[in-house]
Amino acid sequence: MTTPDPERTDAGARTPLLELHGISKRFGAVQALTDVRFDVFPAEVVALVGDNGAGKSTLIKVISGIHRPDSGSIRWRGREVTLTTPNDSTALGIATVYQDLALCDNLDVVGNLYLGRELARPGGPLGVMDEVAMERRAVEVLRRLSVKIPSVRIPIASLSGGQRQSVAVARSVMGNNQVVLLDEPTAALGMAQTHEVLELIKRLREQGLGVVLISHNFANVYAVADRITVLRLGRWVGTYDAAVTSREQLIAFMTGAVPGTAEPPAVSEGVIGHPVEGK
Amino acid sequence: MSSTLEHDPRVIAERSGLGGVLAEYRRRLRQGDIGPLPVLVGLVVIWTIFQIAADGRFITPFNLVNLTLQMAAGGMISVGLVLVLLLGEIDLSAGVVSGLCAAIMAVLNINVGLPGPVAVGLALLAGAAVGTLQGAWSTGFGIPSFVVTLAGLIAWQGAMLQVLGRTGTINLGDPFIISLAGRFLSGPAAYVCLALFVAYVAIGPVVTQRRRAAGGLTVPPLAFLVIRAILVSAFATAAVVALDADRGISSGLLFLIVAVIVVDFVLRRVRLGRMIYAIGGNAEAARRAGIPVQRVRILVFTLASTFAALGGILGASRGYAVNQSAGQGPVLLNAIAAAVIGGVSLFGGRGTVWGALLGTIVIQSISNGMDLLSLSSSIKFMITGGVLITTVTIDAVLRRSRSTGAR
Repeated sequence: MTTPDPERTDAGARTPLLELHGISKRFGAVQALTDVRFDVFPAEVVALVGDNGAGKSTLIKVISGIHRPDSGSIRWRGREVTLTTPNDSTALGIATVYQDLALCDNLDVVGNLYLGRELARPGGPLGVMDEVAMERRAVEVLRRLSVKIPSVRIPIASLSGGQRQSVAVARSVMGNNQVVLLDEPTAALGMAQTHEVLELIKRLREQGLGVVLISHNFANVYAVADRITVLRLGRWVGTYDAAVTSREQLIAFMTGAVPGTAEPPAVSEGVIGHPVEGK
Repeated sequence: MSSTLEHDPRVIAERSGLGGVLAEYRRRLRQGDIGPLPVLVGLVVIWTIFQIAADGRFITPFNLVNLTLQMAAGGMISVGLVLVLLLGEIDLSAGVVSGLCAAIMAVLNINVGLPGPVAVGLALLAGAAVGTLQGAWSTGFGIPSFVVTLAGLIAWQGAMLQVLGRTGTINLGDPFIISLAGRFLSGPAAYVCLALFVAYVAIGPVVTQRRRAAGGLTVPPLAFLVIRAILVSAFATAAVVALDADRGISSGLLFLIVAVIVVDFVLRRVRLGRMIYAIGGNAEAARRAGIPVQRVRILVFTLASTFAALGGILGASRGYAVNQSAGQGPVLLNAIAAAVIGGVSLFGGRGTVWGALLGTIVIQSISNGMDLLSLSSSIKFMITGGVLITTVTIDAVLRRSRSTGAR
């Protein structure tokens, strides 16, 4: 771990927030996932990498409840759960920020942060919204995450790409979410904006959230990730400590040039990489 | 809020105080976020032209009262259409539904002999049922609302002819129905209405400001609120004085203003309103956020057809009759034009119901003025079309400058 956590040394006491084992998913003739495992602990960033078609998106959709796996088990804080609909995963505290952000351009920042869960004024008739409470909490959350936007009352349409991404990420922590899935959060951003979003991801970790980052960009992965899970052709290759695994090793795992933890020969003889799964 | 958030150096700081409000307004104008200003300017131009062309017969208490009478029916249909347009949908059947419901009311009252209020209530229910059916059909089968309501436009027209039967025209005499659009509030009653309106316009924002201040949020300067309230109140007072110099405030106008205030409140302050804007802005995002998109759509179509029914009833009340031409062509087109002139986007998510009221005033002023000048309907149609395309073009050009000339 790049950030040793006193709690974490006590292996017995620590349970992952989210733990997947033996996940398989088949679409017609395509075996999208085969016996995949994945876990994320509180206050850590796990990157999910792999070439196109490796199964990253399918795995994310399994976690967010869009696809139901054909086999395998999902544990939430050590407890076995079934995720049948997106609502199941939302109810547990798993938030997904998709690449398209799913923001309403015509609504202001407060409106987007509270989309679908607007606060009603206590005792107010017919669901009259409590704009003051929503704005206060919105400002609070944005300040806590150091998100820089000119005003929480301007429409999303007039924000930059990085600011929009930040608002989308901030929305994912509005509820009592504990795991945030970020699908290519920096794909369309410039350098400064990418930096902003990466800083935001680090702050999510500081807040104790488990962050799952899907990215093609190794620089970003290494900038924030504690562990890196590699998928290839729908199979789990291995999970590696970002601090001691080089970019070349990662590419070798992704392309299959070097067998990973999950594949023979066993990693003890494979020399490369430091598997940290099952910690 | 900028003061409470860390500052991005690229962001121009919002100045506080009245100067800040003015600076912010100028910035928005430059960016093409123009609000109701062009429509107001256009209205002044239109009124000036007609006042000169009609030798001073346009801006008179008598004619202004006529204008308010003409506005009520179409304005009510526009209010309903705004809701549908905000979703990014369209209701092409609104015009004929207004005619159908007026016909239902007339037949129930005159031919069947039901009391006026019952006939009106059943006609409104019929409107709601039509809207629910169209909304459910469109969302349930995934057919664009354009197609479903186009079918409705044709089918409900047939239904109206069927309801009216062979006579074709039904004259109304029921005192309740006649009084819906045709009663006047004058003298003290008119000024009580004015006082209520001014109180709503002036006190509402101040209460909001207090609540924000109590919650530790930034507030617009009081001077700004006072100036805005004074301006709006001055216009309202001038209007009431002018109307009261003739017959007074017509009940139709009163219904329309109340409808606008209620719908505006729902859109801005109630969760349902936020959902409507969200669906119009990004339906997929709204769905993922857990908003019941289909239910909201069906509800909005129901409301729109109910407002259309109300418009048709007001129109019949004012004309003392329902005939086969009720709710035909121009009724729908004028209602859509009014909303669009008032800044409601056809692509959903943008616009206000106050804008639609302004648009209604524009459309009806043109119609009224050209009647004063005794222009033929051929000329009227061409000019109305010209005004519509001019307004939308101005909006489109300014919008383009907004998207390119952003911060």
